[in-house]
Amino acid sequence: MTTPIVEMKNIEKHFGSVIALAGVSFSVMPGEVHCLLGDNGAGKSTFIKTMSGVHKPSKGEIVVDGQKQVFESPRDAMNAGIATVHQDLAMIPLMSITRNFWLGREPVKKFGPISYFDHKYANEVTMEEMSKMGINLREPDQAVGTLSGGERQTVAISRAVYFGAKVLILDEPTSALGVRQTSNVLSTMDKVRKKGVGVVFISHNVRHAMAVGDRFTVLNRGQTLGTAKKGEITAEELQDLMAGGQELASLEASLGGTV
Amino acid sequence: MSDLAVESADERVKNVSLISRLMKRPELGAIAGLALVTIFFLFTADPKMFTLAGILNFMTPAAQLGILAIGAALLMIGGEFDLSVGSMVAFTGLIFGAAMVTFDLPLYAAIIVTFIVAAAMGAINGQIVIRTGLPSFIVTLAFLFILRGLSLVGLKAATGGSTQLRGIRAEFEGSWLADFFSGEAFTPFFYWLAEAGWIDTFKSGKPKVDGIPVDILWFVLLALLATWVLLRSPFGSWIFAAGGDSNAASNSGVPVRKVKMYLFMFTACCAALVAILTVMDAGSTDARRGFQKEFEAIIAAVIGGCLLTGGYGSAIGAFFGSIIFGMVLIGLSYTNIDQDWYLVFLGSMLLIAVLFNNMIRKRVTGER
Repeated sequence: MTTPIVEMKNIEKHFGSVIALAGVSFSVMPGEVHCLLGDNGAGKSTFIKTMSGVHKPSKGEIVVDGQKQVFESPRDAMNAGIATVHQDLAMIPLMSITRNFWLGREPVKKFGPISYFDHKYANEVTMEEMSKMGINLREPDQAVGTLSGGERQTVAISRAVYFGAKVLILDEPTSALGVRQTSNVLSTMDKVRKKGVGVVFISHNVRHAMAVGDRFTVLNRGQTLGTAKKGEITAEELQDLMAGGQELASLEASLGGTV
Repeated sequence: MSDLAVESADERVKNVSLISRLMKRPELGAIAGLALVTIFFLFTADPKMFTLAGILNFMTPAAQLGILAIGAALLMIGGEFDLSVGSMVAFTGLIFGAAMVTFDLPLYAAIIVTFIVAAAMGAINGQIVIRTGLPSFIVTLAFLFILRGLSLVGLKAATGGSTQLRGIRAEFEGSWLADFFSGEAFTPFFYWLAEAGWIDTFKSGKPKVDGIPVDILWFVLLALLATWVLLRSPFGSWIFAAGGDSNAASNSGVPVRKVKMYLFMFTACCAALVAILTVMDAGSTDARRGFQKEFEAIIAAVIGGCLLTGGYGSAIGAFFGSIIFGMVLIGLSYTNIDQDWYLVFLGSMLLIAVLFNNMIRKRVTGER
């Protein structure tokens, strides 16, 4: 049994009198996809924001590689190897893929006292990293705006991995995508997992989660309803847990079991 | 599999035609426009327009506008406007003139003071925009009036009631630094050309054109520098990113606020440079200096391919856009056409350029 890359122990987060998280424990192993499921308002967003350094937990501790850490800012989390790919991607449509890939971390070459953007190297690396993820670019200076939503997710993911992310938090990466693009993103997650990166996959789509997940944690009303390994739980059970069982069961009956 | 994939990817690179590649360059519109305008004047204007003297004749106003336009272009790519550059020319002209005439500073000190004041005013503009989150359009519109007013008040204070400050030439005459900011460059070279019979001369043997106005050299230098920064430096990427999507840019670790700050300061310094060049050329400064130049600079930047929404554009485009301006402004006097068509032309160019830019943007981002 390897040690988890990140372990969140009994995290509590209060906003004034509102208890957003009431003791959530969660861990990410290297090379696994850990799905975090939950309905809207279950505390998923608050939880991952705590994990990525946006919020400081009110109680509980964050352990990275066996060492206790306190994240003061998203920068700290990034430096600890926790990268987040947001729903609204950090991509600029009018800029080239290469420029987006390296944005904020441009490789420079020196010519005397002048340092300049090393386009040749940047293009080569971008092309290579993209083809590793199964995207063959026509040209690395093509604008990100020409890519599909799934391809943009892939660029964002491979950028995070290239810059040394050990844990990748994907916030509903498939929610706005079509069927084909969704499967592209899911297969990207699979490739990232094989590199030994731990993936936290936030979703409320059980089928997407079942397709790639190794472990599943369900959040409801700021609490974990438990963590299950792949094969220990069925899609129906997950769905029930997410929606709080009873109510959905009666709803489902009236809809003919299609939800 | 990967070998195959790479190969097929390489093959597709060759399939991108040169034309579709060129279509994606922001400066294409400006170059096409320049070609059209040149052809127009080749047919309608006196052939004198395209002699060396004629070309320098329209390049000088083009250069004075162009220096402002390059600053405006960088700022627009960074996602902001500066409507105060015209007034900034008047204001920094006053600072420069007053530093030398009223405070008797030597030329080098006056130039330093002028740039420091310009950078500070740019920084104030920038800070207000960044801190309040107000549109730069409104903030700099306020400064358009504030700076114009300050120039008037300041000029009256410095001269005892006049809105023109004279006697500047006497202050810098003989300074070695003056050659960098006024007059012509490469004069011996032009005399040599004249002696060799390469260029037109007067009967006395003196060449008709005895050098390149320094304004043009500054213009070319700035265009090259700005283009290099945009295309070849990390800071250039940050400018595009700040204008393209400032949220995404700061998420990626780009210091968006700093970038915008520097751009406001740079734009103001461009205005100061134009002020110094034109004031030294005229030997005096007045309150109407740079009047409406902010609009012309923005128009030149838009003709050069800058999007009003930021994140896209080019400095070399603004360079060509400014030359179009100079050509039409001066060129009409070589034709039989009424000079006042200039304004009609200006508006039409702007409209066509905006429509064209929108089309290009859709092409680049693949929107339909």
